[in-house]
Amino acid sequence: MAIPYEFAYEKPQNLEMAVKLLGKYGKKARLLAGGTDLANQMKQGFRVPGIIIDIKGIHEMEEIKMDGNELHIGSLATFNDLLSSRLIKENVNILHEAAGLVASNGVRNRATMVGNICSAVACMDSATPLMVHEAVIHTLSTRGGNSYRIQDWFVDNRKTAIQDDEIVTHVSIPLPAARYAGAYQKLMRYSGEDLSQANVSVLMLGEKQFSVAFGSVGPIPKRSLKIEHLLNEEGISEGSISRAKNMIDSVIAPITDVRATKEYRMHMSKVMFERALLAARERYNKPRVFFK
Amino acid sequence: MKKISFILNGEKRFIHVEPNEILLDVLRDRMGTKSPKCGCDSGDCGACTVMLNSKTARSCMIFAIETDGQEIVTLEGISKSGLTPLQKIFLEQNVFQCGYCAPGMILSATELLGKNPHPSRYEVQEALAGNLCRCTGYTPIIDAVLELTKKQV
Repeated sequence: MAIPYEFAYEKPQNLEMAVKLLGKYGKKARLLAGGTDLANQMKQGFRVPGIIIDIKGIHEMEEIKMDGNELHIGSLATFNDLLSSRLIKENVNILHEAAGLVASNGVRNRATMVGNICSAVACMDSATPLMVHEAVIHTLSTRGGNSYRIQDWFVDNRKTAIQDDEIVTHVSIPLPAARYAGAYQKLMRYSGEDLSQANVSVLMLGEKQFSVAFGSVGPIPKRSLKIEHLLNEEGISEGSISRAKNMIDSVIAPITDVRATKEYRMHMSKVMFERALLAARERYNKPRVFFK
Repeated sequence: MKKISFILNGEKRFIHVEPNEILLDVLRDRMGTKSPKCGCDSGDCGACTVMLNSKTARSCMIFAIETDGQEIVTLEGISKSGLTPLQKIFLEQNVFQCGYCAPGMILSATELLGKNPHPSRYEVQEALAGNLCRCTGYTPIIDAVLELTKKQV
């Protein structure tokens, strides 16, 4: 079905041109990468841009590379690019796991990770892995470069802190110097292809150092310093797991919708938190499992 | 209106498109390429699958204008010189009923076997996921793909 209204289309061939166009059109413009969200939103009338700026001509933004001790993921890297990247698999295993659970292969061939966090739909898969890794989002506009810590990025369901004239160029993930391991858990109705009903990421950075985030259980993904504090004090034990699970009641605020009830989301967030925590510990203790 | 060109099933084609035209509609209604079909119109069902630059993609979520200078292959393209071994085994084993999902299934399985000639059952399931079929229960399709990979040892 054609989009039922007219708009303009530009495909800049470099970042400088894209930034200029975006500076000129501001909020009238939407950036187009994989288009798997944008085309749907435009068909539904949820977005009505006056111009779409196709950024796929800016090939430097396809890169996934190491930059010092940071992993750099360009805005055009698709979920299948993440899946086939050894750098991602070996350094940010949580993100690799999450990428494999996004939609279907045909969608992952087009959909980008940066598009995922820019659409910022509450059920997105890439947010909690990036939160536990304290990723940084880098943007460019005619005013210059800017960066956002991931915890400041999400403002509301489908709303981020980005300004109308900014383009995300890449996301950087600082890699811890010491041993670490993480795990991602996603609740969905059937394997193969579904949006998440709830998801959890746990990163273990030491016997008593953890990072925990919950997704799809509130308008924005939620990292819990309270739970991290408990685990950092007590480490992993039956008692600390059970106390941490009880805390989840006051950390997340799931809603009931067509995909799950709030009670089921709450219950399963606790179950998945424990599973992710134990899986992270197993990988932490047996690094080979991490590189399966 | 912009004049674009792309390689469709090996032939260079030119067409004028508006930015709001979706690739699926252009292929079906203006190029006469009828194998991609409209099912859900939101990227979930796989009926509109085409190969864009050798990777499967959902043509209902692609603006036609984006494909300027790109290469598109549809089911018509992969069977230009007769049925492929995959299509033959699908036919022999009668894996489809209504056939609406068939172009997407065939292209998705073709992409998989191109990258991974000896996939596990899980890998076949994962590659075909997102191609919804309301007739067959999927099993005959998955079995046939695996059967073919055994033949080709």
